[in-house]
Amino acid sequence: MKLDWIQHLIILPVLLPLLCGALLILINESRHQFKFFVNLTSVLLQLIIAIALIRLTDNDVWMDGIGVYLAANWSAPFGISLIADRLAAMMLLLTAILATAALLYSMMRWSRIGVHFHTLFQFLLMGINGAFLTHDLFNLFVFFEVMLAASYGLVLHGYNTARIRAGMQYIAINLAASLLFLIGVALIYASTGTLNMADLAARIPQVGANDLVFLKIGVAVLAIAFLVKSAMWPLGFWLPTTYSAASPPVAAMLVLMTKVGAYVILRLWLLIFSPDAGAVAGYGYDALLWGGMATIVFGAAGMLASEGLGRMAGYGAIVSSGTLLAVIGYGQASLVTAGLYYLLGSTMAMAAFVLLIELVERIRSPGANMLALTMEAFAIEEKPEETAGVGIPGALAFLGLAFAGCALIIAGLPPLSGFVAKFGLFHALLHPDASNILISSTTWALMTLIVLSGLAAIISLMRFGVRTFWASGAIASPRLHLSEVLPISALLLLCVILTVQAGPVFAYLERTSNDLHKPSQYIDRVISEPAVPNASVSGGRP
Amino acid sequence: MEIVISLAIGVLFGSGIWLILRPRSFQVLTGLMLMSYAVNLFIFIMGRLWVNRPPLTLGDAIPDPAQFTDPVPQALVLTAIVIGFATTALYLVVMIGSRGLTGTDHVDGEETDQ
Repeated sequence: MKLDWIQHLIILPVLLPLLCGALLILINESRHQFKFFVNLTSVLLQLIIAIALIRLTDNDVWMDGIGVYLAANWSAPFGISLIADRLAAMMLLLTAILATAALLYSMMRWSRIGVHFHTLFQFLLMGINGAFLTHDLFNLFVFFEVMLAASYGLVLHGYNTARIRAGMQYIAINLAASLLFLIGVALIYASTGTLNMADLAARIPQVGANDLVFLKIGVAVLAIAFLVKSAMWPLGFWLPTTYSAASPPVAAMLVLMTKVGAYVILRLWLLIFSPDAGAVAGYGYDALLWGGMATIVFGAAGMLASEGLGRMAGYGAIVSSGTLLAVIGYGQASLVTAGLYYLLGSTMAMAAFVLLIELVERIRSPGANMLALTMEAFAIEEKPEETAGVGIPGALAFLGLAFAGCALIIAGLPPLSGFVAKFGLFHALLHPDASNILISSTTWALMTLIVLSGLAAIISLMRFGVRTFWASGAIASPRLHLSEVLPISALLLLCVILTVQAGPVFAYLERTSNDLHKPSQYIDRVISEPAVPNASVSGGRP
Repeated sequence: MEIVISLAIGVLFGSGIWLILRPRSFQVLTGLMLMSYAVNLFIFIMGRLWVNRPPLTLGDAIPDPAQFTDPVPQALVLTAIVIGFATTALYLVVMIGSRGLTGTDHVDGEETDQ
């Protein structure tokens, strides 16, 4: 059987940013226009690849909608397998969309105030894409480290005291979490003898009682590493500080990084603690549910208490991760469908919101006082053009409308996608899979919390909006550049499309969720994927 | 042998935890390094402790796995060492930057009032 060239599409989202990022190191910083276009080309290509992968997985080009790529042609339990299924393809698309928006936004100012922005940006994308695609636990660790190392650099991008302070905490906590990741991986290997996720899921029913204890400890320790990323209470205190200190395009990518943690939890838990898993079936779901609910409470309280918009956005991201974790922990297929829809809408709205914050703050403090300092520090001679150059009219109207749009989605009010997501969540909660089950008090508690978190969001956002836009006294209309307005409008437009096209999107997500709840199909597919025969040209394989 | 190595890992990790809770950034860095040594040892012994056994390699004959140690943890620990080394170096750079910008080596970037 000849390896179809289409299969190589699966590894491209990893290879492309790697090569592109390496290439960008060689180009001198003064040619920032060229660097920007190389970066943009790579990101747009990733967007196209992601759309192609969605079509390939959803149109049954690959059996069961799962594309398997065996790295170095070693068959499944021995080599590293990269897998593109509906969920991975969807997350790749979301990554590419956010990356395009963040990159466009950074064109005028942010990519020019420090060195190696574009390189780090590409490496960050490589890490995120790799984490979505790989199905080997240790390889996942490597991609996580690539992603984190790039994000350390990006958080510090545009070096000032606030960023350094935030970076110190962010790096220290993530280094500690990575060590826990390693302990978890080592324990899982010791108890089952494999790191391939499909092989792991297949072996779990046969693991003896003694080893099962170590397996449980291992997975729990591993989960802590992911939960630090997705900022579950009490592991998420680093997040608001880091978000509010990071530059806007970087903060938009950080919003996505919290979702990477939730993604891995979703994938791993549904796979290895599925009902087929024998003695460990259902392990840890309650912890995720209650932890998620505690996170919602913490995030909502934080939103009400925070003064600045940056911290408010950070707490908003905590609320959305908490909701996702609670949805995963609830353990119901139809709820996961609605949860994925919530993930798409809330991630895009939150990213638009963090980009918007900087523009809104220009109303209050015009001028880029901090920019001058960092440019001096890096001796960048050519100053970015004044953003006042090609201002767009109606700046205040745009800011007000975009702010209202973000607020509606984050708070989950009609008519935008936030409302559809919450409606979907409640519908799933009120219609359990087995219809004769009574609605338990936990369900009511979760629904109450989701409603109250929306209320907290709308109170805090309205308070800020009124103070900013309806404040008495003269407010100078800020000058905005098209490259700053475009990404925010595009993200909000996508949320509108998500609302209008909710039917097809929900249908796709339902297929995604069904795949996730059929681990045996996935295991068979991965383990039985044949290696390409007669490929050992240079004697690499005995 | 098991008790010695588990004690060593425990002491290293415990000292590391104590150090990362200290207020000076150099102490935190040292703590992270001690913890990563402990974790590296931990990964290494997950292939079980054997004396005088080579790792499994591919030869002409089909080998008997019982005569060899497990090579996977050795490969894992090598990767973990490299990555841990790189990220620790990165933290060191940030630490020096923080010292330069804030004028203090406190992890919060400012001295707490006594």
